[in-house]
Amino acid sequence: MTEFLQQLLNGLSLGAIYALIALGYTMVYGVLRFINFAHSDVFMVGAFIGYFAGRHLPQGSVTSGLMALACAMAGCAVLGIAIERLVYRPLRAGPTLNVLITAIGMSLFLEYTGQLVFGATPRAFPPIFPTRVIALHGLIVSTNQVIVIVVAFVLMVALEFTVHRTKIGTAMRAVALNPKAAQLVGINIDVVISFTFGLGSALAAAGGVLYALNYPSIDPLMGVVPGLKAFVAAVLGGVGNIPGAALGALILGMVETFVDGSRWSTYKDAIAFATLIGILLFRPAGLLGRFTAEKV
Amino acid sequence: MFRLLRPLSGAVAAAAALSASNVFSQETIKIGEYASLTGKEAAFGQSSHKGTLLAVEEVNAAGGVLGRKLELITEDNQSKQGESATIVKKLISRDKVVGILGEVASMRSLEAAPICQAYRVPMVSPSSTNPKVTEIGSYIFRVCFTDRFQGHVLAKFAKDTLKIRRVAVLTSVSSAYSVGLARHFDERFAADGGVVAVEQKYTEGDKDFNAQLTAIKAAGVEGVFVPGYYTEAALICKQARELGIAVPLFGGDGWEAPELVEIGGAAVEGTYYTTHYSPQVDVPAVRSFVAKFQARFGGETPDAMAALGFDSVEVMADAFRRAGSVEGPAVRDALAATRDFEGVTGTTTMDRERNASKAAFVIMVKDGRFAFVQSIAP
Repeated sequence: MTEFLQQLLNGLSLGAIYALIALGYTMVYGVLRFINFAHSDVFMVGAFIGYFAGRHLPQGSVTSGLMALACAMAGCAVLGIAIERLVYRPLRAGPTLNVLITAIGMSLFLEYTGQLVFGATPRAFPPIFPTRVIALHGLIVSTNQVIVIVVAFVLMVALEFTVHRTKIGTAMRAVALNPKAAQLVGINIDVVISFTFGLGSALAAAGGVLYALNYPSIDPLMGVVPGLKAFVAAVLGGVGNIPGAALGALILGMVETFVDGSRWSTYKDAIAFATLIGILLFRPAGLLGRFTAEKV
Repeated sequence: MFRLLRPLSGAVAAAAALSASNVFSQETIKIGEYASLTGKEAAFGQSSHKGTLLAVEEVNAAGGVLGRKLELITEDNQSKQGESATIVKKLISRDKVVGILGEVASMRSLEAAPICQAYRVPMVSPSSTNPKVTEIGSYIFRVCFTDRFQGHVLAKFAKDTLKIRRVAVLTSVSSAYSVGLARHFDERFAADGGVVAVEQKYTEGDKDFNAQLTAIKAAGVEGVFVPGYYTEAALICKQARELGIAVPLFGGDGWEAPELVEIGGAAVEGTYYTTHYSPQVDVPAVRSFVAKFQARFGGETPDAMAALGFDSVEVMADAFRRAGSVEGPAVRDALAATRDFEGVTGTTTMDRERNASKAAFVIMVKDGRFAFVQSIAP
């Protein structure tokens, strides 16, 4: 029973990180109908900003941890907006495929620029938050896991609030529903899209810092695998659907954790992807996705 | 008159250039090195490369080999799959190297070895321990022990010194080194009456091991064997200690890098691993190597990878000398005939399978440093 609860907790914290990345994929898809493959590398840049910020801040205090997190989120929001403005916007009028290919190019650009600037050698991420391990009747809870889950939860609630309760959120949903009609009623799509990229990138940065906090070895290619998993999670939940992305990420995190803890750990990714195929066979639009309803 | 002279002077210049290039190629013996200078196993690649470089400089300072200087051409494979094959092809066909040195990781040596074999260019791996590497063919050698031996040493150490009866094994399925070492450990440990209670897997590049470690914890073992590389080993130790796994953790030579302590911190204290050499062993060859290495590389103490990199060059240079030429088949035969060659990592004698049999050293992480525990002879 303790082992089951422990795995549940492990799965929850892994899923929470996937969720933060998956949200960025799904939001951009909802608004622009294309997959921003560079998103997983924004996640990596977030971890590196957290790394450099963390080295200049006193270690092991909640304030400095939150400051490093804020630095990374702000830095990546700017990066995300810049990428959209400089790279994707000039191509927006063309076929979606062009932007998609450009996104892959952007992803490689960030990865290899990262190797050039930061070096390819893994670095040890500083313990920016105070770390403690709490034992509860045999269940081991590390404060890092708690921080990941709490921060992810708070950010997702804030996102839900932004999308459904604010003016810019309403505009985002309008653009997602029908960009032309949104423009006709006076919404500046450029601003909305920039905002979406900024928001998604900030969440990815938070994911990057939390990921690095839990697995303190970072390198320029660290975003590739979690990025792929998060993309799968977004599709699993119904791409374009925000609660769907969170749910998909949670399911993926759980499946991976439980397979990893079993005798079949060799087939972890195979089983995770087989689950995806199984779900998509029965629900082609993903768990919460609908083909016609409002997106984002 | 002038018309006649001009093409003539051109021919003279061309001939002069040709002879100059001939003199140049006469002067150096080109050796190619493919190494993981960046990327995941960069700590190993860098160390090994420094040892290699030092040895080449030493050989040249002492007058070179066969009256010619050695020229080392190094290429980085970024610790990536697929790169080594491309690099080695390029080294052989474009740079015309007569010998290949590399790699630290068995999976990348296994990529390059078939190419060296096909082109009949002798390859000496400094520290690839997977038995399959030299099984590729007659031109592939190594100057370190194999995982068959290392696995047996670790099993013996776990049972006799650590007094462990029930062990868990956490293997990287995507690394030839890890899979091989785990298999040889398992067979010996089980043969000696131990129990491998649980065997868990991960993939290179994984960062989350909580699931596997939770299962290991539930199995109630007395020790955890982690045959893998330092990047993952450090994270595994960290997560194991966080989950409250207090039993000894131990691994193979893939653990030895400063990054193990940098990333692992307090979690790697009291862990053990086996390796090829220890700078703390007090013999003249080691003492002088450590002193020269420190003088050349700013006071850095050489680790096992550096020592093996050094020995790989020395063994190859020795083979050139005994062969009296740099032709592939002659050098191959000379390498295969290496007997009692005194190096930094001990005495190298090539067995019939082109492997060196040497003693293994057990190291313990103590106060953030690598402390020598014992050496186990073959």
